[in-house]
Amino acid sequence: MTDQMPTPDEETAPEPAAPPVAPHLAPLAEAFPEAKFEQSAAGQQVARVESGRLVEFVQAARDAGFEMFIDLTAVDHYRQRSGPRYDVVVGLLSLKHNQRLRILVPVDGDVPSAPSITDVYPGANFYEREVYDLFGIDFTGHPDLTRIMLPDDWDGHPLRKDTPVGAVPIQFRDTNKVL
Amino acid sequence: MTDEVTTEEEATEAPHPAPSETERRQLHDMWASGTEEPAWVVASTAEGAQLMLPRDQATGEDVAGEGGTLVVDDRLFEDEAAEAETTILNMGPQHPSTHGVLRLQLELEGEVIRRVKPVIGYLHTGMEKTGETLTFLQGPTNVTRMDYLAPFHNELCFSLATEALLGIELPPRAEAIRVLMTELNRVSSHLTWVATQGMDLGAVSMMIYGIRERELLLAFFEKTTGLRMNHNYIRPGGVAADLPDGWEEDVVGILEGIPKGLSDYHDLLTNNPIFLGRTQGVGVITSEECFAYGITGPPLRATGVDWDLRKTQPYSGIEQYEFDVPLGENGDVYDRYTVRMEEMVQSLRIVSQVLETMPDGDYRTTDLKVTPPPRKRIDESMEALIHHFKIFTEGFKVPAGEHYQAIEGPRGELGHYLVSVGEAKPWRLHCRTPSFAAIQSLPIMMGDQLIADSIAVIASIDPVLGDVDR
Amino acid sequence: MAEPPGFLTATINSIANWSRYNSSWGATFGLACCAIEMMHTGAAHNDLARFGMEVFRASPRQADLMIVAGRVSQKMAPVLRQVYDQMPEPKWVISMGACASSGGMFNNYALVQGVDQVVPVDVYVPGCPPGPQSLMHAILTLHEGIKSGEFVRV
Repeated sequence: MTDQMPTPDEETAPEPAAPPVAPHLAPLAEAFPEAKFEQSAAGQQVARVESGRLVEFVQAARDAGFEMFIDLTAVDHYRQRSGPRYDVVVGLLSLKHNQRLRILVPVDGDVPSAPSITDVYPGANFYEREVYDLFGIDFTGHPDLTRIMLPDDWDGHPLRKDTPVGAVPIQFRDTNKVL
Repeated sequence: MTDEVTTEEEATEAPHPAPSETERRQLHDMWASGTEEPAWVVASTAEGAQLMLPRDQATGEDVAGEGGTLVVDDRLFEDEAAEAETTILNMGPQHPSTHGVLRLQLELEGEVIRRVKPVIGYLHTGMEKTGETLTFLQGPTNVTRMDYLAPFHNELCFSLATEALLGIELPPRAEAIRVLMTELNRVSSHLTWVATQGMDLGAVSMMIYGIRERELLLAFFEKTTGLRMNHNYIRPGGVAADLPDGWEEDVVGILEGIPKGLSDYHDLLTNNPIFLGRTQGVGVITSEECFAYGITGPPLRATGVDWDLRKTQPYSGIEQYEFDVPLGENGDVYDRYTVRMEEMVQSLRIVSQVLETMPDGDYRTTDLKVTPPPRKRIDESMEALIHHFKIFTEGFKVPAGEHYQAIEGPRGELGHYLVSVGEAKPWRLHCRTPSFAAIQSLPIMMGDQLIADSIAVIASIDPVLGDVDR
Repeated sequence: MAEPPGFLTATINSIANWSRYNSSWGATFGLACCAIEMMHTGAAHNDLARFGMEVFRASPRQADLMIVAGRVSQKMAPVLRQVYDQMPEPKWVISMGACASSGGMFNNYALVQGVDQVVPVDVYVPGCPPGPQSLMHAILTLHEGIKSGEFVRV
């Protein structure tokens, strides 16, 4: 994995106070001092951003070379952590630097809400509709926020952790038979 | 969404309460006898908000939302366009040329497509939810049914993501088997594509030929994995079983048989003036639009962008094999065709190298945490039996963390995003599928083209609806 | 040498059933993985044309047999029912594969647990996906049923 290898700069950086960001992320780290850049356990680049500055951040990331929109999804950390319940996860790819960036945006509330990034990456359109449909996260500024996977009259958001899988009990006939 | 569903019927009619038992029975009788349904049934089963609004009701924002903000065009808001006589044509979800259950709504002005809205979800299987109820070892069973033309790629992607979280290494033979199977799978997937692409353009004999060659591959898959599709062969920790005896002869047979078929296809299609006329300059997309919409794989490479994850972010030891990345120039249907045809040749080139250099050794990792003991040991040792039992009932625990693994599937970047909380089942499984991104781009590729070209465009992005809806 | 003029005695039903089973045309209702195997069944290697079945009609109004090939989601179920209703009588349904027959391995919110909740099914085909041979066996079973009058509901 080329994108997981730490750059030589990181390895030699002695002072822990300096944010350990790769050079291609330096403009982002400079412009967004409150964003947390970290490496996942398997060595992938993750940035944690507040939802209020998501659109600006994504715009800056696009200017910094992350030209390709890859993915947008959400994770429901129901009863797994204190603090915001959901993470909106945005995946970006830079072909120029051959790097990936994953942006985690914590959102919370009964009707969780995050800003839509369709103005920056129009490809997020269907992805945000999917997250709206399955998680019930409201994307403000989305041009066409409707259900996409399920019928319109569906009740609830099935990928939330407090929604059951929806399995029906399997009825076996002739259960008295000895198998 | 609520403000969008104010169509006339819903504004005038109060919503009907849930049907009672007698009403349900009456409804059933009506269905059985073919009587027309009451209006409230029709209203309650229609998916109003997801559909395309007629031009006189659609605002500029609605129009923009259908295709994404990139393609907002002044043309859409011009008065003359609004006054033009247009028809909304519904295509699908049950249509022979939509490759499954894709539904497209096309606004036509004569024969020219003005607006397109894909309506998806007709094959939504809830696999991401089901994935949370299966252990990591059972996970490939689930994801292999997602993109059913590229089952090995799905299994490989899930397995790689799990292995990255576990931090285990694989023996070289396991990796070589994985490369062998995925590259053969790429060929079999592209063969289905060329069969359907030909059939959709009227060359029905292509359908017969493409599937004829595919049978060769499926026979080999069946011999190796036990099933023709949905194999569950590549698993976290390696592969399920070693290659069968005599696999070399089978692969040699494939390496000889497929190129013969490919030359037939070239004779039939590549220089066929009808095929050229229907594909060249049709369904053009630029590389910038590909970036913005997350379109990867052959459609991206057809625009001339040299981006193949097997080269740039290699996985499973694929970097040790030599192959070229075929590129197009114009980003039209024909370039996607040539790119895929050449990709099959390159995949066979990888396969022939794997055949020559297949290392000996284990076909799965020796890490006892994820690998069940061999069958022979179970007969001898109680501990081995218990261990085997625990792996297959309880599963192995995967350290907490999250990982996004991407591989180059036949349709583009296939990514699995796994979140583990240290249990034997994933907390969240998300699949980033290439067809989902590609379906979104249909409005760009089809806009202002003839309705007959829409068929060529759909076939050229090679969508698999299981991959789109999951 | 010309055949002498002969005659045949039969019931109308058996003549009708004979013609029905010999040309039961399928409606394409490919949904998921099984649709690929259905395509393989119809293609050159397995050659469904041997049983008078090579035409898969795009329009349900020209079809007698619906092969439900794949998983049926809650969103698709009304469409499926509508396609079934558009088929002329007499009509038959083959539920192909585990998902169409019982929901298969996906017992969750999204799928109809068995297409027999939506349309009446004549033959179930096991397998995930069933191979072309399984599907052909199911079709031959259906033909036997039509021939004997067992499956004809008019």
